[in-house]
Amino acid sequence: MIRYIYAEDLNKFPMLARSMFRDRADQFATRLGWEVSVDERGEERDDYDRENPLYVIWEKPDGTHGGSMRLLPTVGKTMVNDHFVHLTDGVRIESPLIWECTRFCLSRDATPGIAAALMLAGGEVMRQFGVEHYVGVFDARMVRIYRRIGSSPDILGQEGQGREMIAVGLWEFTAEAQKKVAESAGIAPKLTRQWFEMAFGATPAEVDVEAA
Amino acid sequence: MGYVEQGTGRDALFGRLETAETPEELQQLIELLRDHYSVDHIVYHWVNSNGDQYGCGTYPKAWVSRYLERGYLRIDPVVQGCYQRFHPVDWKRLDWSGKAARNFQRDAVEHGIGNQGYSIPIRGPNGQFAMFSLSSNCSDEDWDTFTEEHRRDLILVAHYFNQKALELEPGRKPEPSQALSPREVEALTLLGVGYSRAQAAETLSISEHTLRVYIESARFKLGAMNTTHAVARALSRGLIVI
Repeated sequence: MIRYIYAEDLNKFPMLARSMFRDRADQFATRLGWEVSVDERGEERDDYDRENPLYVIWEKPDGTHGGSMRLLPTVGKTMVNDHFVHLTDGVRIESPLIWECTRFCLSRDATPGIAAALMLAGGEVMRQFGVEHYVGVFDARMVRIYRRIGSSPDILGQEGQGREMIAVGLWEFTAEAQKKVAESAGIAPKLTRQWFEMAFGATPAEVDVEAA
Repeated sequence: MGYVEQGTGRDALFGRLETAETPEELQQLIELLRDHYSVDHIVYHWVNSNGDQYGCGTYPKAWVSRYLERGYLRIDPVVQGCYQRFHPVDWKRLDWSGKAARNFQRDAVEHGIGNQGYSIPIRGPNGQFAMFSLSSNCSDEDWDTFTEEHRRDLILVAHYFNQKALELEPGRKPEPSQALSPREVEALTLLGVGYSRAQAAETLSISEHTLRVYIESARFKLGAMNTTHAVARALSRGLIVI
């Protein structure tokens, strides 16, 4: 299932949080060889984890992490504006209608549906909170996966070679893309909404619909 | 130089927000915004890490003093649900189930705050945190229609209001205004001389989606609500030449 958790609330999900930061170490340090900082417990964190980001996390049935991404508003401190302005034509991307999505991560045993479920959850955030675009920093080899899921970013720029290739891209999420991703995730829209409501609360009208 | 925007229409109000120079003008503007959006109240309010507060808005004085006197800040589900976060919140989605929260809600409704509300949390520089809230007395359906229709505007106006409030805060050094990058200048210039988005994107060899994001960024830096507005402001500040 999908959970939406602000950093300040991660302590309520210790196993999920620990396994997320370990999977991030596994993906970004071990598999991709990026120069990220991994602590003595084998967990990867950076400065942006201290900005109270909103994590979107796939929780496996055993309570551990299956995949995740990290969202921050671009009106605050962001990775793309601090480190990758040379890949965005020199434009500092700042708007309350644009959020940053970074550390898109999948656990080694992630099933193909997990990436799609995360994209779907990202789409739900956009729809519900009036976010019109995501700007993302990601492992350039993910592009193939994004395309297969049905939600390809517009690449603004990329650098590095092979597994160290990093890209900056933009997403928007049309109703059409949403439908395509829902199909590849095999997740009913109703379920996506329920996960969202579990995290952010339901409105009485929605509760009535569910009960009917 | 510049042009004075008059009146109480949407664009005029946002123009006045840009040129406001005193806290009294902000107070006046928040009242005009309330009338413009036909809601019962709008409140802007910030707290810093020391717990200091500043705000302006249209709540009755009796409610403001009661709120402080009763220490509602610690109970208010809106504050609990927004503090240090960044997603807009419909008050209906918050947890009002506790006894203290229910009593607080009853008290607020009795003071005419309304049974509906929508809050936009804002992250400012150096741990500054602000909230821009609208409230009204109406049905769930009407409120959903209202927030859906105006959400984009409200998110922008909340952030521009915060930028202005920070700018007017006594003793605060003005944040260096973010210069537009050459790419943003080019994009605004092309739109300013009448290129369509597709033509501008093609001229700059970028996708239309990328162009929209660059324009969105430029709009925010200029405090503008739409592209026409952004072009006008960039022109009047001498950032672009057409």
